[in-house]
Amino acid sequence: MQDSIVKFENISMQFPGVLANDKVSFEIKKGEVFALVGENGAGKSTLMNILYGLNTPTDGNVYIKGEKIEKFKPIEAIKKGVGMVHQHFMLVPSFTVAQNIVMSKEPRKMKFFCDLKKAEREVKSLSEDYGLTVDPKATVGEISVGLQQRVEILKTLYRGADILILDEPTAVLTPQETNELFGVIRKIVKEKEMTIIIITHKLYEVMAISDRVGVMRQGRLVGVEETKNVNERTLASMMVGREVLFDEIEKTGQPGDVLIETNNLHVADNRGLMAVKGVSLSIRAGEILGIAAIEGNGQSELLEAITGMRSIVKGSFSIQGKEAMGKDPGQIRDMGLAHIPEDRIATGVAMPSTITENLIIGKERNREFAAKGIHLKNSSIVRYAQDLFEKFDLRGAGVETTVGSLSGGNMQKVVVAREFSLETPVLIIAQPTRGVDVGAIEFIHKQIIEKRNAGCAILLVSADLDEVFRLSDRIITMYEGKITGEFKSGEIDKSRISYYMTGARNESAGGGSDE
Amino acid sequence: MEHLMDVFNIGLLQNTLRTATPVILAAMGGLLTEQAGIMNIGMDGMILMGAFVAVAFSFTLSSAGMGVLMAVLVGIVIGLFFALFVVKLKSDEFIIGMALNTFAAGLTVYLLRSIFGVKGTFSNSDIVALPTIHMDFLDNIPVLGPLLNDNSLFVYLTWLLVFLTWVFLYRTPYGFWLRAAGEHPESLETAGVSPQKMKFTASILCGIFCGFAGAHLSLGYLTMFTEGMSSSRGFIAFACVIFGMANPPKVFVAALLFGFLDALGLRLQSVGVPSDLTSTIPYIATILMLIYVVVSSDKRKKKRASKQIKISENALE
Repeated sequence: MQDSIVKFENISMQFPGVLANDKVSFEIKKGEVFALVGENGAGKSTLMNILYGLNTPTDGNVYIKGEKIEKFKPIEAIKKGVGMVHQHFMLVPSFTVAQNIVMSKEPRKMKFFCDLKKAEREVKSLSEDYGLTVDPKATVGEISVGLQQRVEILKTLYRGADILILDEPTAVLTPQETNELFGVIRKIVKEKEMTIIIITHKLYEVMAISDRVGVMRQGRLVGVEETKNVNERTLASMMVGREVLFDEIEKTGQPGDVLIETNNLHVADNRGLMAVKGVSLSIRAGEILGIAAIEGNGQSELLEAITGMRSIVKGSFSIQGKEAMGKDPGQIRDMGLAHIPEDRIATGVAMPSTITENLIIGKERNREFAAKGIHLKNSSIVRYAQDLFEKFDLRGAGVETTVGSLSGGNMQKVVVAREFSLETPVLIIAQPTRGVDVGAIEFIHKQIIEKRNAGCAILLVSADLDEVFRLSDRIITMYEGKITGEFKSGEIDKSRISYYMTGARNESAGGGSDE
Repeated sequence: MEHLMDVFNIGLLQNTLRTATPVILAAMGGLLTEQAGIMNIGMDGMILMGAFVAVAFSFTLSSAGMGVLMAVLVGIVIGLFFALFVVKLKSDEFIIGMALNTFAAGLTVYLLRSIFGVKGTFSNSDIVALPTIHMDFLDNIPVLGPLLNDNSLFVYLTWLLVFLTWVFLYRTPYGFWLRAAGEHPESLETAGVSPQKMKFTASILCGIFCGFAGAHLSLGYLTMFTEGMSSSRGFIAFACVIFGMANPPKVFVAALLFGFLDALGLRLQSVGVPSDLTSTIPYIATILMLIYVVVSSDKRKKKRASKQIKISENALE
């Protein structure tokens, strides 16, 4: 039980311009749940990629089960019993569960043919053995994210893994699915003597599931502790290297006029199906309205409609009392709306462009930056960018760095800096801290509250319930495109709100603000 | 009425099989690259090269078999070349495909003139054509007999290849990997199989299929080489791949449909319909096919989505 199963010895990993791991040494014991935490860019994913053979360290040694690793290749790691469940699932959507699980190790008949029947039988017995129920014949693209994750875990088990790396496994799960996953982890550790390494940002999950926890900061290992000897606060300060004060965000001021209002909004999704079914809401100045919903329940489409990126089928909405239907994103922004999109990589930033260029997007016609709206004034643009760079605590080589090379947290700060510096009365904020480290979360939250206190009307959508609860003045729940509940801050707790988020208590449906 | 009988007779179906064969062959190759996630519009060039090489070697070595073999070998080389640029060097597949087509068109014309000293068409009695197959037991069967008999060897081979392609894609692990390489390469890679290798495989197989298609065109369908004789069959094959959603039996049917329309055009010509008009039929059909694909995929999406919603609703109850 207490033997070392994985040993890192002075691991260093040098990427061009970044030292991702700096002489990291520690051991993982057989049969434990080891949590690896750290800010984004702290080097924990790099370290795990080394263990899984996706990266070759520049220096140092890795031992798995006492054997030194010579060749860093996934296939070697798999042979040694290492399995990895990636943050983005490695599944083929059109294949069945069984096909995905057995991929590259298909049972054969007559040498050349795949024995699918046998594969299904094997998957079935494996899933029963580990208590991970799946339907081997279901198509992966049609099952829930939670089930897909099970398929991923089974995939590693099928390959004989007894060391399982889970990279941010709960990022895509509902609270219930998270509980189920933790149940599974406990079960397989206890019954099958598996060793689990879990990479996470969520400190309460570290407390809930792990036996020991390793904290990384800027490529270095800060410390390894028994989980029972630490708490969330000490972990957070270990991660950022200073005290993190989450709770001291002060809200001031009274709500003012309604600045944005939607009326019976109907919006269709990409497949032409109604994703938003009659949503009516209004937000006042100095108020944050949070939407609590499981992903895919219409909140994304709602935001896209309000920001002009998606056409509205029925209903209307207005910004500062003016009708905003049928306007394009540029016109809507001119009406006084700024937007932090949910997917910063796809719609938030231009990856190959520099920080300066990204900060200036949308403002390049301003007289301040362009003579007669045509000729760019580079010096004032750079000065402006420098200014924001400092104000928003961006970290990187400088304003001329390409955004694509930044960590998730810094990339998000670029988006926040650009949008918040527009000084608009209405802010639409989606997933402001997804995949962002603790230090940056604290900073972004502070910025959002400052905007609220300054009298902005803010619509917040986040998959992170903690965030919704911490920031919102009012919370609405959405399920299948409809509002299923509305609560003032403090009226409801996290465990009760999941009923509304899953539509289980539909009796309060349509409880929008103006009904 | 007489005209109608002249058009719609057994000859029409015979022609259908013959004209469809090169398209089916190329489309089988095209669906493999499509499934492996490569947009391959270079098939036309591949066919043209195959056609030239087949004639050249059939003529010089006096053997149709050697002609086919060399066409296939050249197909392999072109497939490798295509994959090298598209997969390994990650160039734009559209541009490489287009370049391949222009390259093949230019090279065949150049070689035709420099080796055989002719312009336009190279036709010679020393070119050995592919054998036709005659099965005596079919003689007594009406309709099917004349339809299935006396076809070029390749016609039969093609049907077998369609079946083998299907078996390969849907019944063997290698086919699974090839499809995974196209749909979600990362998952294949983490499972320990190189998606690049599968893409190379698909591209080489496509080269082989197009080599067959070219050889059939110049040694089976006709016995000569004409500049630009692929006459956009590679593009029509591509349209068939899209129309048949890269599924072998469906692509086969699509290609047969094309062959039928092409044959119909030829027949109509024989009863006095202007050839300029009839020769447009396959291309118009191609456009209609693609319109159908776009419209129906839209419908399919909606249908699938509503099915999913029903499932989730049932799950809640």
